[in-house]
Amino acid sequence: MPGKINAKKIKQDFPILSIKMNGKPLVYLDSAATSQKPRQVIDAITDYYLTYNANIHRGIYEISEKATETYIESKRKLADFINAKEMEEIIYVRNTTEAINLVALSWAEQNLKRGDVVLVTEMEHHSNIVPWQLLSRRKHTKLEYIKLDASHNFIDMDDFKEKLETKNPRLVAVTHASNVLGTINDVREISRLSHRVGAKVLVDGAQSAPHMKVDVSNIDCDFFAFSGHKMLAPTGIGALYAKRDILENTEPMLGGGDMIKDVSFQSAIWNDLPWKFEAGTSNIEGGIGFGAAVDYLNKLGMQNIRSHEKSLTRYALEEISKVKGVSVYGPGPNKIEKRGGVISFSVKGIHPHDIASIFNSEGIAIRAGHHCAIPLVRGVLNEPALARMSFYVYNNNEDIDKAIAAIRKAQRIFRVA
Amino acid sequence: MDNLFAEQIISNYEHPHNKGKLEKPTIKHHEFNPTCGDEITLYLKIKDGKVSDVKFEGSGCAISMASASILTDFIKGKSLKEIEKMGVHDIIDLLGLDPGPARLKCATLSLRTLKEAVFISEHKKIDEETQRL
Repeated sequence: MPGKINAKKIKQDFPILSIKMNGKPLVYLDSAATSQKPRQVIDAITDYYLTYNANIHRGIYEISEKATETYIESKRKLADFINAKEMEEIIYVRNTTEAINLVALSWAEQNLKRGDVVLVTEMEHHSNIVPWQLLSRRKHTKLEYIKLDASHNFIDMDDFKEKLETKNPRLVAVTHASNVLGTINDVREISRLSHRVGAKVLVDGAQSAPHMKVDVSNIDCDFFAFSGHKMLAPTGIGALYAKRDILENTEPMLGGGDMIKDVSFQSAIWNDLPWKFEAGTSNIEGGIGFGAAVDYLNKLGMQNIRSHEKSLTRYALEEISKVKGVSVYGPGPNKIEKRGGVISFSVKGIHPHDIASIFNSEGIAIRAGHHCAIPLVRGVLNEPALARMSFYVYNNNEDIDKAIAAIRKAQRIFRVA
Repeated sequence: MDNLFAEQIISNYEHPHNKGKLEKPTIKHHEFNPTCGDEITLYLKIKDGKVSDVKFEGSGCAISMASASILTDFIKGKSLKEIEKMGVHDIIDLLGLDPGPARLKCATLSLRTLKEAVFISEHKKIDEETQRL
């Protein structure tokens, strides 16, 4: 079937997937933490250092021009990838966390005042909670939460609508896809409702941009934050999308080289977008790697990736449900359209860290802990920690079978089978 | 890594020794590991500078709970001076395995709780080695 993801073939593009861990072939089920990198991305970075390493923007020589062009081209690719209108709306940062902090330290810092409300959900990652707590300390703004519904899987839209009316938020900051529950939020509807009361909307796309077609123009969010390293690019590069008029009317957070047009002893004129927000020498290899990652993903097709992950998730949910004593969090297999390839689970009688250690002994990488979402995991789900497996383009059903076998092994070791 | 869950660990996790509360302890002390949510409350009875009785309550992974079980067995009758000198290597000896960097904090949680309790009971400053546990 054309367009279908062939994970076995894709695995060959990822050199690390042929290593062994604890003597067993590596099964990587922790892509929600960071993805593995294909040879095409590694080669693009290596090629930059081997053949055209130079600083960008100012060099009047061939390799600097090539570095500049490749770097800028990566922004155009990113803009197309999320359907932004132009590359001027793409600010490179280190990661999603920095993108959200940039909004907090620039736009929010300059526009919010004492008593103004930032509204987030109970399913946010710490990166979409703590920057707003810091803002509260500086500006005496208020941080309010949209509750989850009784299933603890979805945003309670009634509570959301009520809080839009009663709290009159200036900013609604919400995750597109939960890194714990896998839940995909209807950010287009959230954006529409928020704009009706005049709130700006920030979408945390760390777990969505790598896994599905994102269209920021359709979502109509004001800010969209995402990381390169979760979508095949290297660590240390991420992006903030923001609408042009917002960026034009916001003062930069960092000052220095590259972000200015002209400087006198007492003042400076800011550079054009997007460079106004990128002071100092950029993460050039990161940008180039990010561009190569987008090329790779586009070749596979984001719709195909989403279909592949839906199929993996459905299979995993079905197989896990056959194992006694395992609880799974997030929307069930009948709500696969509203769910990404992240499965948090717990096994009765075995602590998640022990589960992860036994998986490790089988060569399987999963995550265990609070997943940087303590308010959700401990406050709402009432669990000290959870185990989590997460999927990407290179995973197949065989990986899931191995994970299920590892759960059964853990149950044998702990005599809870 | 398979031996991380050796019989001694599993059996101490299933049937922990010294689990529970002590009435009128000389000192009660609580510690937790924020990264995994493991927690321990230790109850110590101290007589003539020695541990005369000990119990613990807590929840967490097999490594942390088994280590609390084994450690509380070990310290009965030990002097506070001896406990003050205990370190990571003692836990590794008691468990009979090195849990590796990712799980070391699980293994040492009970020792950290114990040593802090001892220092506090003696009105001493908690030393750096204990803080690093």
